[in-house]
Amino acid sequence: MTAGILTADHARMVQIALVGPPNSGKTTLFNTLTGGRQKTANYPGVTVERKSGRLRTPVGHTVELLDLPGSYSLRARSPDEAITRDVVLGRQAQEGLPDAVVCVTDATNLGQHLRLLLELRQLGRPLILALNMMDLAQKRGCQISIETLSKQLGIPVVTTVAMRKHGVQDLLGEIDVLLNQTPATVGTTAADAWEEPSPDAIRAYHQEVERLLKEVIIQEAAPERLTRQLDRVVLHPVVGPLILLSILFLMFQAVFNWAATPMDWINGGMAALQEVVSAHMEDSLLKSLVVDGIIAGISGVVIFLPQILILFLFILLLEDFGYMTRAAFLMDRLMSRVGLNGRAFIPLLSSFACAVPGIMATRAIAHPLDRLTTILIAPLMTCSARLPVYILLIAAFIPNTTVWGGIGLQGLVMFGLYATGIVGALVAAGVLRLTVLRGSRQPLLMELPSYKWPNPANVLLGLLDRAKIFMRRIGTIILSVLVVLWFLSTFPGAPAGATEPAIYYSFAGIIGRGLEPLLAPIGFNWQIAIALVPGLAAREVAVAALGTVYALSGDKEAIAETLATTLAHDWTLATALALLAWYVFAPQCLATLAAARRETNSWRWPVFMFAYLIVLAYVAALITYRVALAMGGG
Amino acid sequence: MNAYTEQACQALEVGRLVKAGLTQPLGQMPRGSIGRILAVSGMGDRNIERGLLEMGFIEGACIEVLHYGLLGRDPLAVRINQSMTVALRQVEANAVLVGPLLDQTGTGPGASQERGT
Repeated sequence: MTAGILTADHARMVQIALVGPPNSGKTTLFNTLTGGRQKTANYPGVTVERKSGRLRTPVGHTVELLDLPGSYSLRARSPDEAITRDVVLGRQAQEGLPDAVVCVTDATNLGQHLRLLLELRQLGRPLILALNMMDLAQKRGCQISIETLSKQLGIPVVTTVAMRKHGVQDLLGEIDVLLNQTPATVGTTAADAWEEPSPDAIRAYHQEVERLLKEVIIQEAAPERLTRQLDRVVLHPVVGPLILLSILFLMFQAVFNWAATPMDWINGGMAALQEVVSAHMEDSLLKSLVVDGIIAGISGVVIFLPQILILFLFILLLEDFGYMTRAAFLMDRLMSRVGLNGRAFIPLLSSFACAVPGIMATRAIAHPLDRLTTILIAPLMTCSARLPVYILLIAAFIPNTTVWGGIGLQGLVMFGLYATGIVGALVAAGVLRLTVLRGSRQPLLMELPSYKWPNPANVLLGLLDRAKIFMRRIGTIILSVLVVLWFLSTFPGAPAGATEPAIYYSFAGIIGRGLEPLLAPIGFNWQIAIALVPGLAAREVAVAALGTVYALSGDKEAIAETLATTLAHDWTLATALALLAWYVFAPQCLATLAAARRETNSWRWPVFMFAYLIVLAYVAALITYRVALAMGGG
Repeated sequence: MNAYTEQACQALEVGRLVKAGLTQPLGQMPRGSIGRILAVSGMGDRNIERGLLEMGFIEGACIEVLHYGLLGRDPLAVRINQSMTVALRQVEANAVLVGPLLDQTGTGPGASQERGT
């Protein structure tokens, strides 16, 4: 680590924080400045991501650049924004006061973005203003006197075009100048004395911005016409929702169609790995653990990576394009009916891939009650882990016929399961907001940014981030769960002369059989009860577990095929439908509960989530079973 | 009040301006109408007031109602000073009182005292 002049007497690297309002192009600038060299970690105690990267200035300083969550003001409204405030003020534990702050603003929206800069200037710390998206501003005929602005503000001002590398050279140069001239320790009294601005203080900031703009704006930007025109269609009260539905439809089509091939590759690869390991290990308990427990379990989870990445590709593209806030706008009315915020739309959409990233995405929701409600209903969105079970049961029990002139019955049932989850989530949110999470409605105050072409590098880095998070989860929590499950379903072994499959005699079997009387009223037999024990950890494991219970052997596809036939023979239609209903609601995912525990910072809410979902699942399965029986489905 | 926003607002069509003398809550303004913010109250809630102010709802700013949601005209999308579009709900919008863009007498609350300076 090369220390610059400034850090000669410092133990740590020079640290510069990147601050800016949302939609100022801050993250793109961060990506351009740091290239691929970024690290994502979590702040201790809270779950806000700490994104940092290294860069080298022309003079040779090594700088740690910190990408702080976007914020309109230092007055924090969400956990994300609180981090920005605390870091800038030097109040964040385990994070020193940054040596300098770079405030990123959208040059086309200075009137709104300069206020944050004035708040930062008040702190008296080394500060640089980056007028970002200067190319767009110029294209719209905007002329700003940079010199006057710099003189008026008393800080360096640079113009940047975040998407292009050459646009950031000036910024790096200014960082060098600042680092060379700034004494290492600056009085922090202004930061210590900071308090939330009063409404009148905000008004005063606004007036100062107006005064500055009068001085520095030579030619104003022509109003953005394209965004207005697009919005006329996209936000149209009737056409808008139709467009949203079409986009969602396309998205899910893509998730299922595009993912099929890579999923086959992963399947093939994991099967080959299983074979290789099998061939090279002696028969032993360890082999059983590695092959049947770990590899089989992990392949059952990794298989969803393509679907998750495709869904996130769409979400990131739409977000970068500026559409996601429009979707939130269109959904807000419906969601506010049940006490949610339009902003909950994105986390809930992510939850269709996997509830874990969905729950993590709730960090952007400002109000704690809104956020908690969203976290609690996220598991009701049909995540991809439910699909193997849905597909198995539908194939086994729903005839492949068409109804109402051409609609496939199997597809219709699948759609019904998705719809049940969504309706269930809305009802649950409404009930939660009227009971446990009662509180005042929170305002929706959301900027609808100008549309722009998505930045490929941004999207790619975002996708990589998601993949890393998912794989890390597999490497930690899922791996340990798999070992425990393997243990539960392997020990104790079957006694001599056993007539049932070995799992029947194991701990999992004992637990499952113990649960059977409880599950009998909803039509579940002991085989299902046993399969639900490992299925509680991760939904999709239940398919493999059913295979084990029914003592099937062969590769996974063969099992799925024979299993469908076996089940169709062994279960009644009512039982199958009850199990489907159970799967819509049941909280069978330890990773989700762990995420909820991390995000809410207590055990209280994950426990509550588990309890209410299991009750819902039981009631739903009970009703389904009884109705199906009454209608002759026995 | 401020010449900068004045300039921006004057560029807008005169025909769609809020009628002189008429003041109304933002949530009641018809789609496509334009006016000037007279007061931001937050209805007694300092946090709503601050939230509105931070999103650019400031006395004197020029405001244009762009879109309403399908049901109950909620939420609404408004453009502030021709530069930023913000979505908000009826409840909060009604904490923003909007008056005519230009007071014809030149002395009312919407008039710009600083014009020409």
